[in-house]
Amino acid sequence: MKPVTRIQSRTAVLADENIDTDRIIPARFLTTTTREGLGRVCFNDWRYRSDGSDDPAFPLNAPEARGCEILVAGRNFGCGSSREHAPWALLDYGVRAVLSSEIADIFRNNALKNGLLAIVVGAAEHRWLLDHPGVELAIDVCGQTITRPGADPIHFELEPFARHCLLEGVDQLGFLLHHTDAIREFESRVEEAA
Amino acid sequence: MNAPRTLFDKIWDTHVVVAETADTPAILYIDLQLVHEVTSPQAFDVLRAQGLKVRRPGRTLATLDHSIPTMPAAADGERPYATPAAKAQVAQLEANCREFGVELHSWDSAERGIVHVIGPELGVTQPGTTIVCGDSHTSTHGAFGALAFGIGTTEVGHVLATQCLLQRKPKTLAIHVDGELPAGVGAKDLILHVIGRIGVNGGTGHVIEYRGAAIEALSMEARMTVCNMSIEAGARAGLIAPDDTTFAWLQGRPRVPRGAAWDVAVANWRELKTDAGARYDREVHIDARDVKPTVTYGTHPGMAIALDAPVPAAHDAIEQRALDYMQAAAGKPMQGTPVDVVFVGSCTNGRLPDLREAAHVLRGRRVAKNVRMLVVPGSEAVRRDAEAEGLHEVFRAAGAEWRMPGCSMCIAMNGDMAQPGQLVVSTSNRNFEGRQGKGARTVLASPATAAASAVAGVIADPRVYLAEEQAA
Ligand code: SF4
Repeated sequence: MKPVTRIQSRTAVLADENIDTDRIIPARFLTTTTREGLGRVCFNDWRYRSDGSDDPAFPLNAPEARGCEILVAGRNFGCGSSREHAPWALLDYGVRAVLSSEIADIFRNNALKNGLLAIVVGAAEHRWLLDHPGVELAIDVCGQTITRPGADPIHFELEPFARHCLLEGVDQLGFLLHHTDAIREFESRVEEAA
Repeated sequence: MNAPRTLFDKIWDTHVVVAETADTPAILYIDLQLVHEVTSPQAFDVLRAQGLKVRRPGRTLATLDHSIPTMPAAADGERPYATPAAKAQVAQLEANCREFGVELHSWDSAERGIVHVIGPELGVTQPGTTIVCGDSHTSTHGAFGALAFGIGTTEVGHVLATQCLLQRKPKTLAIHVDGELPAGVGAKDLILHVIGRIGVNGGTGHVIEYRGAAIEALSMEARMTVCNMSIEAGARAGLIAPDDTTFAWLQGRPRVPRGAAWDVAVANWRELKTDAGARYDREVHIDARDVKPTVTYGTHPGMAIALDAPVPAAHDAIEQRALDYMQAAAGKPMQGTPVDVVFVGSCTNGRLPDLREAAHVLRGRRVAKNVRMLVVPGSEAVRRDAEAEGLHEVFRAAGAEWRMPGCSMCIAMNGDMAQPGQLVVSTSNRNFEGRQGKGARTVLASPATAAASAVAGVIADPRVYLAEEQAA
């Protein structure tokens, strides 16, 4: 994974609550065997009209939302399935950070493992972000702050290990493999007891 | 004396390889990983790219379920896959399992089925174990007192390579269900009622332990239905302490210990309960007597009410959008809403008792003229048992389609799907927009309610049919 230290971008807003992984990427696109190229079908059934053209009613199709790397979403974003295709699709679509007042566990975990910042902010700050679409934000992973124009910076929590992995680009599989001796010991202890 | 611990704590403690610190999560040992075609290909690719092996192939079990057709193969053996990509994905899993030495229940296996149905059937799902799968409904296995949760594909790779997972210890939530469920009301009604009460994020960050008299009275299949939907409340996992019901269900299954080893196992499993005085992070109390046949009326499982209760008015624009999508009117009950499709199946309600429950309502009746009904058994074993009892004949005589095992319309990846605007009464677990086909409207319900709705052509109370029978 490439290190992720700072993201600076205007925001785009999807205010709906409970945006589930089926809306982020409908199941029929999960027959892929790679992780590339899913941006094209990100939010597929929300984003396109039945003739395949962009649906102007979808907020991210608005001209001012194009190119935004920070998505502000309604409460409980990413609920539903464990499909890692959801963060893969968002990243390929150009989203590098998702901010919400609540983010579903498995989604957040999957997102952070892929370098997609899934950040939970307080209710008041969330309200402010929803009310200010298109503002320019700067997210600093090391300092765990989001700077915004005309208001105090927002502090956010980040699980220390996830933060470390983002900043250093740590491969978590490598971290686990590093503990192979401990794993072997555990296995022999358990198997002896059995 | 040791401090009292919850059931969750006991399972967690025995699986910690390296304890968590402020800087790093725990390394947790995983006893069993279940694998299916959709969330595994990219994980095997990582192993291949790094020259790694599957650490414990014997602790890994694969099946085909999500994207496979539920119609039989043609005379030439060709299977009616929805797309070439679906077929290629299955071929990829077959190749990966061969290359890495993983046991796969493919087309030729008499044990193939939905991953969360076959684990328990084979007896690989055992009390006190840790189980993961790249699928959020892994919580199903918690019905046996196993700590079981869904993971992403990157983590599938971690477990394949190391048999371990990096995890922060979740919090615990006890849901006490006291009293007795009324007649004609089952586990699906109960869990929809619970999610309606605590909300779709009511369990976020927590492992739920279901307990109380109403839970203890449930069969294993019913307990699986309850634990299955824990994720719909946002929980990491659901747990029920194993008891005599659990042991009786497991005894004699292919992969459980036998003879003296069985007695030892049961003695150990009996310790797997929350100690008196142990503390949960949160507790919720539900009275089983309040539960009625329950259905969803919106676009997430928390929007659930008794089928005869009025649909609540929207509190905001987002809820209004959900009602509009469902074409549901505030103030009117869901009962009586015209139905286009009925689906009985999935890892929530695709087991033998679920099919019996649906067949019980359908026996001697017909599916309404404009309704299409699909019945999809959860596994080959369920299919065999159901056919041995003649349930398939009941479904066919009523005008329903009897299919081969798979996830089918639960996730609508395999071509089994509804058309835009159609209303589906479904025994599955998710009613998200488009889950059962673009524009399809899903109402989650029990197998009895689904069958009653198929007969009536509108969402209907199964107790009416059950009462007719008693009167007859
Ligand atoms: S039946 Fe549905 S919920 Fe269960 S494993 Fe299959 S797709 Fe997932």
